[in-house]
Amino acid sequence: MSAPAATSGPNDPTVRPRRRAKRAPAVRRVSAVGPLSIGIVTLWLSIIVLLPLAAVVVKSLDGGLDQFWNAISNRQAVAALRFTLIVSLVVTLINAVAGVLIAWVLVRDEFPGKRFVNALIDLPFALPTIVAGITLLALYGKDSPVGIDVSFTQTAVALALLFVTLPFVVRSVQPVLIEVDKDMEEAAASLGASGPTIFRRIILPNLVPAILSGCGLAFARAVGEFGSIILISGNIPFDTQVTSVYVFKQIESDAPISAAAVSVVLLFISLVVLFLIRSLGRWGARHER
Amino acid sequence: MSAERPGLRTSRPARYTLRFLALGYLAVLLLIPLGVILYRTFEPGIGEVWASITTPAAQSAFQLTLLAAGIAVVLNTIFGVLTALVLVRGRFPGRRFLDALVDLPFAVSPIVVGIALILVYGQTGWFGDTLENAGIQIIFSWPGIVLATVFVSLPFVAREVAPVLREIGDDQEQAAATLGASRWQIFWRITMPAIRWGVAYGVVLTTARAIGEFGAVSVVSGHIQGETQTLTLLVEQRFQNFDLAGAYAASAVLAVIALVTLLAMTLLNPRKDET
Amino acid sequence: MKLRNRISFVALTGVVLALGVSACGGSSDDSSGSSDSGSGGGGATLSLVAYSTPQVVYDEVIPAFKKTTAGADTNFKSSYGASGEQSRAVEAGLSADVVAFSLEPDVTRLVKAKKVAEDWNQNQYKGFVSNSLVSFVVRKGNPKNIKTWDDLLKPGVNVLTPNPFTSGAAKWNLLGGYVAAGGAKDPKAGLAYLDELLSKHVKVQDKSGREALQNFVSGNGDVLLSYEYEAITAQKKGEKNIELVQPQQTILIQNPIATTLTSKDPEKAKAFVDYAWSKPAQEVFASWGYRPVNQEVFDEHKADFPIPTDLYTIDDLGGWSKVNDELFDPEKGSVAAIENKNGVSTEK
Repeated sequence: MSAPAATSGPNDPTVRPRRRAKRAPAVRRVSAVGPLSIGIVTLWLSIIVLLPLAAVVVKSLDGGLDQFWNAISNRQAVAALRFTLIVSLVVTLINAVAGVLIAWVLVRDEFPGKRFVNALIDLPFALPTIVAGITLLALYGKDSPVGIDVSFTQTAVALALLFVTLPFVVRSVQPVLIEVDKDMEEAAASLGASGPTIFRRIILPNLVPAILSGCGLAFARAVGEFGSIILISGNIPFDTQVTSVYVFKQIESDAPISAAAVSVVLLFISLVVLFLIRSLGRWGARHER
Repeated sequence: MSAERPGLRTSRPARYTLRFLALGYLAVLLLIPLGVILYRTFEPGIGEVWASITTPAAQSAFQLTLLAAGIAVVLNTIFGVLTALVLVRGRFPGRRFLDALVDLPFAVSPIVVGIALILVYGQTGWFGDTLENAGIQIIFSWPGIVLATVFVSLPFVAREVAPVLREIGDDQEQAAATLGASRWQIFWRITMPAIRWGVAYGVVLTTARAIGEFGAVSVVSGHIQGETQTLTLLVEQRFQNFDLAGAYAASAVLAVIALVTLLAMTLLNPRKDET
Repeated sequence: MKLRNRISFVALTGVVLALGVSACGGSSDDSSGSSDSGSGGGGATLSLVAYSTPQVVYDEVIPAFKKTTAGADTNFKSSYGASGEQSRAVEAGLSADVVAFSLEPDVTRLVKAKKVAEDWNQNQYKGFVSNSLVSFVVRKGNPKNIKTWDDLLKPGVNVLTPNPFTSGAAKWNLLGGYVAAGGAKDPKAGLAYLDELLSKHVKVQDKSGREALQNFVSGNGDVLLSYEYEAITAQKKGEKNIELVQPQQTILIQNPIATTLTSKDPEKAKAFVDYAWSKPAQEVFASWGYRPVNQEVFDEHKADFPIPTDLYTIDDLGGWSKVNDELFDPEKGSVAAIENKNGVSTEK
């Protein structure tokens, strides 16, 4: 499929190519992806992601709408959902700030061992959650070598989640930070702007889409996390019990419909949050300088 | 690198403060736990660790983990790149929805992932009869493990490649199209070289996630000794059997696999050097 | 760039080599702890699906079985995991010839799903292959001097027990306290005890028994409710700082074993179960702390397995269905009600 490409406007070779997100083109452009690609991707995502999730939704409605409603309005379920969402948001925010900071240091700074530090960041992914759990218990529990005992508290859950979601924002921001055009920073500096101002006004806006992207991933991971939280949180209902543990409980108590229902609600809320984050990101990109 | 265009110049104290804060955060959150894990792993001595990870059970777990991760990486890379292209360069109704769909695998609790797969491919699932008639066993056999692994490691390549695609824009692609290049040529000659580091990065993240998956795999694997046990399941089993040392040893293998891929990533790191 | 390429090449080669080494090594089998399907001639293959703790037992029983005439030429596939999850897996299609779980309802579930015969427990052992008792695990030296269930209610005593809703097996623990407080005759008294125990002395409930033990060993809690054999196995495996205390009033834990209707070789499966009841196998159970159901073996090990003065069984409470409905139903059960009530005060 080909269409005539314009010789003026964004394609004008005399205009210096600028790196920014493309707006809706004023002229007809060749699409790099045709309906076949779109179809394949849709099929792939449908089979791998949608299909199993659809099965969960169907299961949750197995007992009809009132059983669904009963399952999700159960006090323990609601408490677990609320706690999960709040702690995940808090953790995401903390790791967003920390992520930008760490990405900055890794990209713009030089120090011995930087390679090593950079390599370590992804390790939380590879560790089995039970190992993470035992280690966190050893570090932040009763016999803590560093004297911090937060076992069985909401702080413990937050700590476990911080550990697990650390890589996301860092890894999203790093590549963008490297690509960022330094012309404007130089210009602003020569005009007398201070460091923090330059960062806030010029660099940060470019990073926002990447930050939001990383936040989305981190949030999604945090709400679903199970294994690393278990040991150190004590799973106290109405206190430190997260949704994934509540769901597990329902399954073990032979109440799969209830488990499915609560999972569907969590999924739906995550979908909404992710959607919002992406839209925010797109809005931010459109206003990028 | 930073030697070329310093850009924003930070004062010395500012730089040290930032470095201190960042490294401090990492140390508390990451390095200390890792240190504890390393210490506990090698406490019994290298010999013990080696014996622990060369048992037949460990070896078959290692192979299964690599198999599942390998397939997951290949599939998720191919489809991930395609997905990124579709999401960034495509314009069609429902794109936002597809976009959100890509992140969903994380938001599902791992147990639910496993159960969802059983609901679809299990004996009493949607495709249960069809699969049984065809003599194919997915759940409680290695294909189920692969499916679960693919599911949980799906987003990475797409999410690493998409921002790069957005960043580089499609000027060159458009130019090539004007010159008459076919879509495949455009992709292979122009797009791919530009995104290859993003792809590499995504591959490494996918690998780390795939080898570390536990919850979803636990539900669909059936825990058959020497057959459907991955390394993470082996870790859990050893923990159950009061073999903490063995559990740590098996984790060490996972950490090593992750570190090797991380090493590859650091060396292939997208924008560290010239492409 | 060249150097980088070389290094990454080396790294990747390393991975490939490791793969190769493991491929070579992995083809050999050993008899303990791993599947040995494929060795031996045509013979039957039996799939054992069991809960996790007796793995140490079956790792010895299976090879011994293979040495007998009944078990010669048999290959084994074993699967170990949490009792409820294993039961559910079999229900969902995990192939099994013999199932061994930690409590009866996990077999009943399979009876309902038509995977196990209804008369599975019509034999002299009522379908059980091992017994145990609900016991206390305390720190070495028993610093808080805990001997009875009433001691658990002393001010300041922290009790660890897994959550009965995430770990079916943990229900035994609470039932121990329930019967000790007279619940078999007076449910109200039993519930009152559980109420006080759960509200004031159990601060956290781990997902499973093993995790509760891990938590206990990490320094949390003064006493852990557990099974006698868990503690003995743990000690045998190197846990040194724990001590087993047996309260004189407690409930008998009974672990079922059964063959399945879906077995491809029912005779072999039955032979294995029979072997599990036989003297040699029951000796192995005894060595790991499980109370043998085989009376002869039990008598020989009388000294290791003192019988509490006041021993109840689940039958004294009306059987599992009654107990599950009245106490442990997640919506209407009394224990669920206690849990919910406690939540009111801690709900944020």
